[in-house]
Amino acid sequence: MLKRAMHEKTLTELSDALAAKQISARELTEHYLGRIEQLDADLNAFVTVTAEQALAQANAADERRAGGTATALTGIPIAHKDIFCTTGIKTSCGSRMLDNFVSPYNASIVAKLEDAGVVMLGKTNMDEFAMGSSNETSFYGPVRNPWDLERVPGGSSGGSAAAVAAGLCGGATGTDTGGSIRQPAALTGLTGLKPTYGRASRYGMIAFASSLDQAGTLTRSAADAALLMQTMAGFDANDSTSLADPVPDYVTEIESPWEKLRIGVPENFFDDGLDAENAAAVRASLDVFEKLGATIKSVQLEHVHLSVPVYYVVAPAEASSNLSRYDGVRFGHRAEGADDLIEFYMRTRAEGFGAEVKRRILTGTYVLSAGYYDAYYLQAQKARQLIAEDFKRAFADVDLIAGPTTPTPAFPIGQKVGDPIEMYLNDIYTIGANLAGLPAMSIPCGFVSGLPVGLQLIAPHLAEGRLLKAAHHFQLHTDWHRQVPEAYA
Amino acid sequence: MDWEIVIGLEIHTQLATKSKIFSGASTAYGAPPNTQACLVDLGYPGVLPVLNEQVVVMAIKFGLATHCEIAPRSVFARKNYFYPDLPKGYQISQYELPIVHSGHIDIVTEDGEVKTIGITRAHLEEDAGKSLHESFHGSSGIDLNRAGTPLLEIVSEPDLRSAAQAGAYMRKIHELVRYLEISDGNMQEGSFRCDANVSVRPAGETTLGTRTELKNLNSFRFVEKAIEIEVERQIDVIEDGGSVVQETRLYDADRNETRPMRSKEEANDYRYFPDPDLLPVLIESELVESIRASLPELPDAKRARFAEQYGLSDYDADVLTSSAELADYFETAVAAASKAEPKAIANWVQGKVIAALNEDGLEIDESKVTAADLGALVDKIADGTLSGKLANDVFDMLRAGEGTVDSIIEERGLEQITDSSAIAALCANVLAGNEAQAQQFRDGNEKVIGFLVGQAMKASQGKANPQQVNEVLRRLLAE
Amino acid sequence: MSTASEFCAVSLTPEDVKKLCALARLEIGPDEIRDLSAKLSDIMRLVGELQAQDTQGVDPMAHPLERPQRLRPDAVTETNARDLYQANAPLVEQGLYLVPKVIE
Repeated sequence: MLKRAMHEKTLTELSDALAAKQISARELTEHYLGRIEQLDADLNAFVTVTAEQALAQANAADERRAGGTATALTGIPIAHKDIFCTTGIKTSCGSRMLDNFVSPYNASIVAKLEDAGVVMLGKTNMDEFAMGSSNETSFYGPVRNPWDLERVPGGSSGGSAAAVAAGLCGGATGTDTGGSIRQPAALTGLTGLKPTYGRASRYGMIAFASSLDQAGTLTRSAADAALLMQTMAGFDANDSTSLADPVPDYVTEIESPWEKLRIGVPENFFDDGLDAENAAAVRASLDVFEKLGATIKSVQLEHVHLSVPVYYVVAPAEASSNLSRYDGVRFGHRAEGADDLIEFYMRTRAEGFGAEVKRRILTGTYVLSAGYYDAYYLQAQKARQLIAEDFKRAFADVDLIAGPTTPTPAFPIGQKVGDPIEMYLNDIYTIGANLAGLPAMSIPCGFVSGLPVGLQLIAPHLAEGRLLKAAHHFQLHTDWHRQVPEAYA
Repeated sequence: MDWEIVIGLEIHTQLATKSKIFSGASTAYGAPPNTQACLVDLGYPGVLPVLNEQVVVMAIKFGLATHCEIAPRSVFARKNYFYPDLPKGYQISQYELPIVHSGHIDIVTEDGEVKTIGITRAHLEEDAGKSLHESFHGSSGIDLNRAGTPLLEIVSEPDLRSAAQAGAYMRKIHELVRYLEISDGNMQEGSFRCDANVSVRPAGETTLGTRTELKNLNSFRFVEKAIEIEVERQIDVIEDGGSVVQETRLYDADRNETRPMRSKEEANDYRYFPDPDLLPVLIESELVESIRASLPELPDAKRARFAEQYGLSDYDADVLTSSAELADYFETAVAAASKAEPKAIANWVQGKVIAALNEDGLEIDESKVTAADLGALVDKIADGTLSGKLANDVFDMLRAGEGTVDSIIEERGLEQITDSSAIAALCANVLAGNEAQAQQFRDGNEKVIGFLVGQAMKASQGKANPQQVNEVLRRLLAE
Repeated sequence: MSTASEFCAVSLTPEDVKKLCALARLEIGPDEIRDLSAKLSDIMRLVGELQAQDTQGVDPMAHPLERPQRLRPDAVTETNARDLYQANAPLVEQGLYLVPKVIE
């Protein structure tokens, strides 16, 4: 274990090293800050690096450790996606609109992690308002994939993914509205967890599509995801959609012995749209599960082909409303020199938002407008029900559903940015879990032309423990997740 | 041509909660600008609404009091539009599934008839902030203290047929929300506001005419005046061969006219959809029943009981039940009295008491003469201790805080002289001192008795019972 | 019932896009409109697949949680933090947020 460089270690390993006083939080933090300084110019993973605060938090963590009140996360350096509000620190959401926005409050999950003693290294780059699958829509420029700097890291949590994959932080938070954690995790060789809708608080997480958004993690392993989610999950009185169900002990649960597991595979996921080598890697990982004693059977998700159309009605509809608050009055960008109120709004918003955000606002405005509501929005809500019912039916027979996370490995920067439809189809396998509110993960399952690809696992509501345990046992028997891009070893 | 007027009212009443509908900020009126607007009220990035349980209870109270159905499941929706006093760019309201619906309330029309007015629905929503247009060199200033204050929007059926009926309906709703203690109903502070949908049609026509929506009707008088003037305008338009345009109009009280709102409104398209930050409000029948059991006596029931139990006229019952506080005052005074008739107490409340309150600018529950004092005072008239005139004096002394009914009477020796020998002596003295007038009476000039009684009263410093004095004088003069 | 035949393939004209921009308060340059209407038409074609789905008798799903709204006690928990909150505001005067004049 000690052979690995510090930045290649999992959070679990770092936590043990801190507990054993083999290393201090200060040393660890300085190490990561040094790597950010040295390597992030190429990657562009960070919007803001909070070095001073990180060192202060590291010192406090070391004192807390000395005082005997440390938690498993005390002194662990992580980064937050710049969608989470952080007190006194710029929170941009990847947008010019919020380039000057300093949050006066902490998101609930930020506060929970802070209370546990994590060290925040900075805020990571992302697609503007989390709208994108390549991190190219950010006001702060594209993030590059550490496996190939000419390629995208995926999105919208692309900065978090690149930062963890390149060893610029031990783990990172992300958000997933249609695949924004799982897709970048797949494209950068990481473990990405999107928990059940309502499991982690949305308070302080800047809204994209409120009925789909969920906070989660990007880490080197499923055990790391369990470790972070253990603290992030749980009830929050500030979020009406937060679940009060008790949080199980994921960290212990994943270590419990392997039990019989029935894994369902939706055969229609393996269609023409899926890259053949990518498909082969996914099939091979199903063999691993079978060898571990799992039963693999096929399941029908009859309406899953409607996921993308449903998503591109529901998400823009909610977004068009969620983004109406950006009007240049109370915070954010404000156009200069407009005398008329309507002109003032129109220019402020035209200047503050980028092209993809505008497209989604207009799409959402359209599907909600008089005369189109029933045909689009209401019809999408009904189709959403059909998709959710498909999952419910499938989970009557299986414990988990497995399939590809993405159709292809990471694609070149610039290849799809001009074609929204091409871009939207990246999320074809991931969107279903958001529509149904289900917990889902992506774990590394192989390489295609030297680029990582992911296996997606989906579980029933609140079965994060089962999901994490399956992923953890897979990772006990494979080492795809321990691969590190050469340039960042 | 005869025209029929068709009016429906939308009343926005602020609910009397301590905190806002979706945040923990105070709803108190009159704070410095933006000091009661928290992150949720300001629509800051990342914040979320959580519903105040009291607004649900208050809406159910209103629903029960107006015979509405209480929806077992109601849904908050977003009404999307841009306006500077609307921080999120949408208002959280209820659209397809309001919390209560399909009720009714009775009013008394200008002809004295009882008429039932349908209540289509009442739904919960958040209030907006305020734009201040003055003194910012071409800019408007925005105060968001009021943003997020809970409102109950009460929508009537288009059952009202005159400005007077609209006024009566509005008063009735106003009285009710105050009885239920779900709103302070303060119109100056904007806690009770009204929009009116007004149209006209030829008498006998069954389809509705094109309506206009009148805004800014913030007093009972304005509602009536604005509707009258708008009806006249619409009839003029149609009789001149034109047609009414469906639009929103503002009532200008200074000029007593309505005019179209100037703001450039593209055809309103509010793009309502269910608010994904809030889940459906589910109301169990147990909650409804427990609220039903806790409802206070409502105005109509109280009015009927007052007439029946206290033998009051409809008019008196109406006045005394116009607010729960006034009704309580009356009933407390009645309970405190042992001999006085309720009718006598009712007269005092409607006369001296209300006049004194108006003079002092006080509410009934702040009255300087307590209900118990009033009961005791009217008792003293009933048992002959005080004359009406002296009772008036005692009332003023009570109001000035000079003591209790008993202590004032005792300290000032105000007790009426009813001892017959004392009165006989007094009268004999008066006759002895006024022989000329006594003779005039004996000669048949009845009117002189008034002078003689006056002299006797004066001699007794007003304390003699005038009725007794009159009788004794007549007896002595007849001897 | 919604069937494909009831819905024409939607294509947004530059006029439609202008109207949407007005409704969404987004200024749009004349040079952007063509590209935008083409891309929005593409998106509407993508979501047009929905129209072919029979959804008769299906309840719309507004939310992934089948739970009731939780209620908060009526208590004042916030105190004045105007200065902190207005630190992000582009233009304030006497505690008020300023906007170009509102005309009613």
